[in-house]
Amino acid sequence: MPAITETREQVEKLGQSSYKWGFETDIEMDVAPKGLNEDTIRLISARKEEPDWLLEWRLAAFRVWQTMTEPTWAKVTYPPIDYQDVHYYAAPRKKPGPKSLDEVDPELLRTYEKLGIPLHEQALLAGVEVPEGEEARLPVAVDAVFDSVSVATTFRKTLAEAGVIFCPISEAVRDHPDLVRKYLGSVVPAGDNFYAALNAAVFTDGSFVFIPKGVRCPMELSTYFRINARNTGQFERTLIVVEDGASVSYLEGCTAPMRDENQLHAAVVELVAMENASIKYSTVQNWYPGDENGLGGIYNFVTKRGACRGAKSKISWTQVETGSAITWKYPSCILQGEGSVGEFYSVAVTNNYQQADTGTKMIHIGKNTRSTIIAKTISAGHSDSTYRGLVRMLPKASNARNFTQCDSLLIGDRCGAHTVPYIENRNMSARIEHEATTSKISEDQMFYCRQRGLSQEDAVGLIVNGFCKDVLKELPMEFAVEAQKLLQISLEGSVG
Amino acid sequence: MSELLKISGLHASIDADGIPKEILRGVDLVVPPGEVHAIMGPNGCGKSTLSYVLAGREEYDVTAGSVSFMGQDLLAMEPEERAAAGLFLAFQAPVELPGVNNANFLRTAVNAVRRARGEPELDAVGFLKTVRAATKNLSMSDDMLKRNVNVGFSGGEKKRNEVLQMTMLQPKLAILDETDSGLDVDALRIVAEGVKNLRSPDFSALVITHHQRLLEYLGPDRIHVMVRGRIVRSGGPELAKQIDVEGYASFLTEAA
Repeated sequence: MPAITETREQVEKLGQSSYKWGFETDIEMDVAPKGLNEDTIRLISARKEEPDWLLEWRLAAFRVWQTMTEPTWAKVTYPPIDYQDVHYYAAPRKKPGPKSLDEVDPELLRTYEKLGIPLHEQALLAGVEVPEGEEARLPVAVDAVFDSVSVATTFRKTLAEAGVIFCPISEAVRDHPDLVRKYLGSVVPAGDNFYAALNAAVFTDGSFVFIPKGVRCPMELSTYFRINARNTGQFERTLIVVEDGASVSYLEGCTAPMRDENQLHAAVVELVAMENASIKYSTVQNWYPGDENGLGGIYNFVTKRGACRGAKSKISWTQVETGSAITWKYPSCILQGEGSVGEFYSVAVTNNYQQADTGTKMIHIGKNTRSTIIAKTISAGHSDSTYRGLVRMLPKASNARNFTQCDSLLIGDRCGAHTVPYIENRNMSARIEHEATTSKISEDQMFYCRQRGLSQEDAVGLIVNGFCKDVLKELPMEFAVEAQKLLQISLEGSVG
Repeated sequence: MSELLKISGLHASIDADGIPKEILRGVDLVVPPGEVHAIMGPNGCGKSTLSYVLAGREEYDVTAGSVSFMGQDLLAMEPEERAAAGLFLAFQAPVELPGVNNANFLRTAVNAVRRARGEPELDAVGFLKTVRAATKNLSMSDDMLKRNVNVGFSGGEKKRNEVLQMTMLQPKLAILDETDSGLDVDALRIVAEGVKNLRSPDFSALVITHHQRLLEYLGPDRIHVMVRGRIVRSGGPELAKQIDVEGYASFLTEAA
């Protein structure tokens, strides 16, 4: 059964509230001692058998990080994080980087199966068996990252035949050092911000994608992130490079076990699109959000940025953010190439005591660049959600255009929704539009749905999905169905 | 069973700036299975309140009385349980649901109700077949199924959409709250036909209206006159004709 279908069915089976991905896998781990210093970084680098240049790059980032302070401008509050009380390396004990699925710890595979990603099935299905009556569609290649290490990547052979490189970034460092060295940190420099610098110093794995000139990636690529170990930070780094006239659609999913303490996740994603290249990056973020009293949950401090370097290139971010105790995340586009296009479609849902400060930055550098921002914010319970976005038109961005729409939906009367748009224009031929609305689910709507036989939860799900439709339709189809169910589950217990 | 719906001594009030305002003041009413009854009365007499209380709207506070529906205590049930039991309310002002596809809404509702009734859910094909037949009967275009629930619908389209939902949900009792208001003659006829098509020994309707015309189409079994929160007179269809000619003046003194 295709992974997404199975995930979907699994989600459908979920009955009552609470987080269903909260199980823990008992697996033998290789864990670095707590704390962060140059020795930790040397250890990580040594464990991964990295070349010297990368170690130096990490150490430089660490030295910058030590001079930096955590950003405080986001509308989120949390107790101070003790960065010395975190494990910076945890890997399933087995040789990292298995050659084939057979070498992967069966316990690990079972975990992924529970999460709805049957890697084995996927490998077997490489020939694409389409059940009767079901529409034929492309399979999805999956890279699975467990705590700090990529455990399995499927469909590598098929992809290699097309010239596509899709592998753990640690492996890319070994097998494609020139490519990695050329692009790593070229979009998000090592010292870009506090969390990006931390990531550069200690990142352990992530995915690397390279699509050569003129190649349309033959299938959706997907990475599945899972935090399992206790008191462990997850710092993955993703780098996607798409050459002239090539294209790729990339999906990212994340879950974590339920724990009382908060866990840190500081990832970096860099995208590079050359002339006429197109990258579609979709995220369904479902890290553990904490319990209904706000205990536990993931701190999700992520830097995602794409560079449209070539003319007419396009980068499209779509995100459905339902998880994490705190989300701090602004997937951005640097629109340098003439006529390049940036898009940001976002649904952010907060419930209970979750806090989200998320949005995007569209930096228009080149002529005739265009960007679209559609952000839907849904707040329930005692949660607080902020859209924060920047649209910047630089002096050479003649005839650049931006359209921004921010809609907030409130459920109940103890939550908050905020919109903080920044607009900077230094070119008078640029056109910038901003629309924003705030609404509540009305008593009338609820009563109407319930009179037609819908439960309160179903009614909220239906109304919320209607509210998010403009964003959900941007997701690859199988993902969209999963996202719809997830929205509903995330809001369970928010009414009545 | 001689009674599908039995309302006894029903009192209900609504909160008006912190002071409870009594709107229903002892309603007694019985609707047997298979019959169409009409409630008529001047504006503000409590007709719509009665329909909301029966459907389970939470703003109203039931202070006394009881309602049994198919032998069950209706007032103890959640709105969606009442729907599943077979009570349908056609809204006077149908509510808009932006972004919610009409067909999807209808299928979700039909399957929620079927699930609760222990019937098998309709799959996409089965649903489409049923709904296409129903829309055709109501002279509705398929296009209305693709639009968002009631968003941008004309008054007539909204009312037709209510009747479509009623047809699909197969209620035991339909309460039509001024479904005829704002309809032109043709639309009124189509809506009335839609209700008439459902008439069977298993279907009853409680029609709230100001107008004789809808009742001419439907041929009600009983007419009830409501004044100041009570049913003050019940009779045959001739009562509707009398109101049409004389108005409510004589009933107003009766209630005083």
